[in-house]
Amino acid sequence: MSTTATATGWETVVGLEVHCELATVTKLFCGCANTFGAEPNTNICPVCLGLPGSLPVLNERAVEFALRVGEALHCDVPERSIFARKNYFYPDMPKDYQISQYDTPICVDGWLEVDGTRVGIERAHMEEDTGKTLHVGGGGRIHEADHSLVDYNRAGLPLMEIVSRPDIRDAEQARAYVSELRGLLEAIGVSDVKMEEGSLRVDANVSLRPAGAEEFGTKVEVKNMNSLRSLGHALDYEVTRQRELLEAGERIAQETRHWDEDGGVTSSLRSKEEAFDYRYFPEPDLVPVAPDAEMRARVQSSMPELPAARRARLVADWGIAEQDARVLLSTPGLGEYAEAAVAAGAAPKDVVNWCTGDLLGYLNESGLAVGALPLAPDGLAELIELVADGTLSRPLAKDVLAECLLEPKRPREVVDERGIAQVSDEGELGDLLDGILAAHPEDVAEYRAGDEKARKKKNGFFMGEAMKATKGSGNPQLLARLLKERLGG
Amino acid sequence: MPRITRADVEQVAVLARLALTPEEMDQLTDDLESILEHAAQVEALDTDGVPPTAHPLPLANVLRPDELRPSLDRDEVLGQAPAAEDGRFRVPPILGEAP
Amino acid sequence: MTVAASATELAAAVRAGERSAREVVDEHLAVIDARDPELHAFLHVMADEARAQADEVDAAVRDGRDPGPLAGVPVALKDVLCTRGIPTTCGSRILEGWRPPYTATVVDRVRAAGGIAIGKTNLDEFAMGSSTENSAYGPTRNPRDPSRVPGGSSGGSAAAVGAGMAPLALGTDTGGSVRQPAAFCGVVGVKPTYGRVSRYGLVAFASSLDQVGPFANTVADAAVLLEVIGGHDVMDSTSVRQPAPALLSQLDDGVDGLRVGIVEELTDADGIDNEVAAAIDDAGRALEKAGATVDRVSVPATTYGLSAYYLIAPAEASSNLARYDGVRYGLRIDGRDTATMNAETRDAGFGPEVKRRIILGTYALSAGYYDAYYGTAQRVRTLIIRDFERAYGSFDVLLSPTAPSTAFALDAKTANPLEMYLSDVCTIPSSLAGHAAMNVPFGAGADGLPIGVQVLAPSLGEPVMFRVAQAIEAAAQ
Repeated sequence: MSTTATATGWETVVGLEVHCELATVTKLFCGCANTFGAEPNTNICPVCLGLPGSLPVLNERAVEFALRVGEALHCDVPERSIFARKNYFYPDMPKDYQISQYDTPICVDGWLEVDGTRVGIERAHMEEDTGKTLHVGGGGRIHEADHSLVDYNRAGLPLMEIVSRPDIRDAEQARAYVSELRGLLEAIGVSDVKMEEGSLRVDANVSLRPAGAEEFGTKVEVKNMNSLRSLGHALDYEVTRQRELLEAGERIAQETRHWDEDGGVTSSLRSKEEAFDYRYFPEPDLVPVAPDAEMRARVQSSMPELPAARRARLVADWGIAEQDARVLLSTPGLGEYAEAAVAAGAAPKDVVNWCTGDLLGYLNESGLAVGALPLAPDGLAELIELVADGTLSRPLAKDVLAECLLEPKRPREVVDERGIAQVSDEGELGDLLDGILAAHPEDVAEYRAGDEKARKKKNGFFMGEAMKATKGSGNPQLLARLLKERLGG
Repeated sequence: MPRITRADVEQVAVLARLALTPEEMDQLTDDLESILEHAAQVEALDTDGVPPTAHPLPLANVLRPDELRPSLDRDEVLGQAPAAEDGRFRVPPILGEAP
Repeated sequence: MTVAASATELAAAVRAGERSAREVVDEHLAVIDARDPELHAFLHVMADEARAQADEVDAAVRDGRDPGPLAGVPVALKDVLCTRGIPTTCGSRILEGWRPPYTATVVDRVRAAGGIAIGKTNLDEFAMGSSTENSAYGPTRNPRDPSRVPGGSSGGSAAAVGAGMAPLALGTDTGGSVRQPAAFCGVVGVKPTYGRVSRYGLVAFASSLDQVGPFANTVADAAVLLEVIGGHDVMDSTSVRQPAPALLSQLDDGVDGLRVGIVEELTDADGIDNEVAAAIDDAGRALEKAGATVDRVSVPATTYGLSAYYLIAPAEASSNLARYDGVRYGLRIDGRDTATMNAETRDAGFGPEVKRRIILGTYALSAGYYDAYYGTAQRVRTLIIRDFERAYGSFDVLLSPTAPSTAFALDAKTANPLEMYLSDVCTIPSSLAGHAAMNVPFGAGADGLPIGVQVLAPSLGEPVMFRVAQAIEAAAQ
């Protein structure tokens, strides 16, 4: 039981429905392009427009992707699954029914591990997406609109609906679940999972029950959470709202509520007292999908390394912390970059430090993708080598890195161009120090006569002078040693 | 005990988005009562344990390759629309969210 | 009338350069001009397009290219088949003026074989009916007796062929809508095995039952047309993965040794007119003379076909017709909001029979009733298939009446929908089973109106079905 439950006496029960747009070339049932941002109604055909006489034909790659999702989520894939019609009227629905799956989804009974806990996956099924409506007038909100405009480019895109069991117990776990699921879907290459573009959408079912109770409370559906942050905020709000009602002795209405990001509240959309009658029946225009042994084996053998396994491997092989592995793998391509740098000879811990530090900082600031970085992984390895062999101090190396990120230059090139190779010649530095000490005899005397604190101060002074004289390229560790030798004591 | 009442017809008309007149509702209630009465003859058959046939065809796994095919010309399509604006289909205000 | 009735003869003549396609088309357009004002078989005559197509065929012949097995033959198309740029109404107000942006596969195949699409024919609205009286554009009349119905729902196509307006036509058959009008008009009409012919571009009524089927004056002509339109289509997931059946090559193989079963429940039922039942027995005797063995056979579940059909077909139809909502094409009655617009549009655009079936179908699928109605009907369907399988274990083909009577008078059955539904009692079971079936004209009733014999075969059994049909036709001469 979560800490919130023990604290408040109420247990939060959350189930999440995640819709994920599959990254196929074409739509689920026709050969129109699956792209984002095209001119309205330019990716349409008789099938996805639902014109009279049109018929759906199932996309092979979409089925393969669905099986990959099932494999990644440890699901069973029953022998046969069929499509069903979900009947309701809405202008974004070209046929006024959606081809979906009802009692025979393609994947069932899986799980996803989230921070050491397994969240159950009840089912994952395939369905087609709807078109998009634009509300004109009234500030773009549906309730005050003058009229609406419909674009069917999105209609017919392949979706996977992944339904978790109500195993989630708080907002943080919900966010972690979505984050983990998102990483997983991306890693297996089935979707670009961009919440901001709508290729990943999350709805939540939230209910409360007295801590320790077995029966579930009335569940409320919450929609319109467009980012992980808003998911967290919406759940926190809704849990509080329900708790306050229950503590006041009131009933929770079974309904759908809409999260308003600006207002920070959920508001009622419609009562779900009676579930809408979708009149599901088997889709007569399609035949069953029965993945054979060959297809199942092909999917299994084509599965890439999954995020959890990859994290574990890096932690074990590189001796890094789990959190560092998580940060490294949370940015697309960064993990590959790091592995390539290690393959080029750099020490893993150094690679991870640079990648999760300066490099990640730069990526976040610039908005660039890893693939667009001008510095190749072996260039990073070179930089790390230059620090390791004393050519560059760490501060200098950061500087060099910054330059290499702006222009495609190798670190050694930059060092040569700027002549900033760290001076590590003992003789050279020794002579330099002799010169400085000779020029400041009073300070030398104060050092030798002074206490620990005074000595530290003088030391700092001499180091500063040495750095000035070498224009910052003196090897600090070497200087410190040589200084100590000369000052004695 | 009637198999279908006028209230049933009203409810179903809403589901089917048909704005029936009261006369139509009355007539339909009568018609459907006799049709359902006749159709209920199937209850005489023992269908326990008999699997339903959603399809007369024993086909499975009809799939197509994930390859692009030409889309329709937007002008030709919107030319047939009752109302269009800015390359989109125009409809009156939509009062609610999708069910 | 000097127009040759045989499509095969016409095509041969055009291919050989003995007749021009243009001439053939003009002749048939003249028949249409002469007879259609009374019969109203056509909703839209494609005169310009037909002439242009005919010119292309003639050009091909001149260039030494073979235009195909339907060269120059006019083909009438039930107005439920999409034809790009040409009005396709489905006999409904809700699609009045709609010009599809694409063409049905079967129409493309007809054209590719040199056939000439000559016009769109009248039908019961959205193929729902048995008399063509449910058309929003007025009924079609039976060419044999204009006071009678041509049957339905493909009444226009049947009448067009019966009246000599086109040697060939395409109709659609869901519960008998090709076979029954064929019987009423005295022509050959075929419902292929479900999946034999592509449904891409066929406006759906009941998806698990609909099939496009040929009308012709002879069994051989129907065979040619079915060979052209049949065969796998990648655009239709439910189309059988086989090429069109080879029919012509086996057509005259005869019936020696074939086992023919006369279906008791359909032939001896109370509702079947005596003279119709007698015709079936006559056809049976003719086949015996030709070498077949003929016996009666019981296919018990067929008795429940009508009941199962009137739950399954409207259920699928209620979903298929949801798309007519005034948003993207067709009729729109404006409303203050979209839902109102949808409801007003549909009430204004659909006729009474369509509304009846939509309400019935929606009800049969609705929560709490699915198991009792739709669910049960799909189980009955399985029982029908099993009973047929048993029968086909002992017989190669089955015989029954196509329709319980000869063509009835206009307005005779419009008062009671159930009475109209009973017209399909003989044709429905094979539709539910997905099997092949066809009507062959065989004699006439006392009223002089044609009687038809229905030949039934198991799935993909068109070759043997056509052989038997050919023998029956020969005996009918």
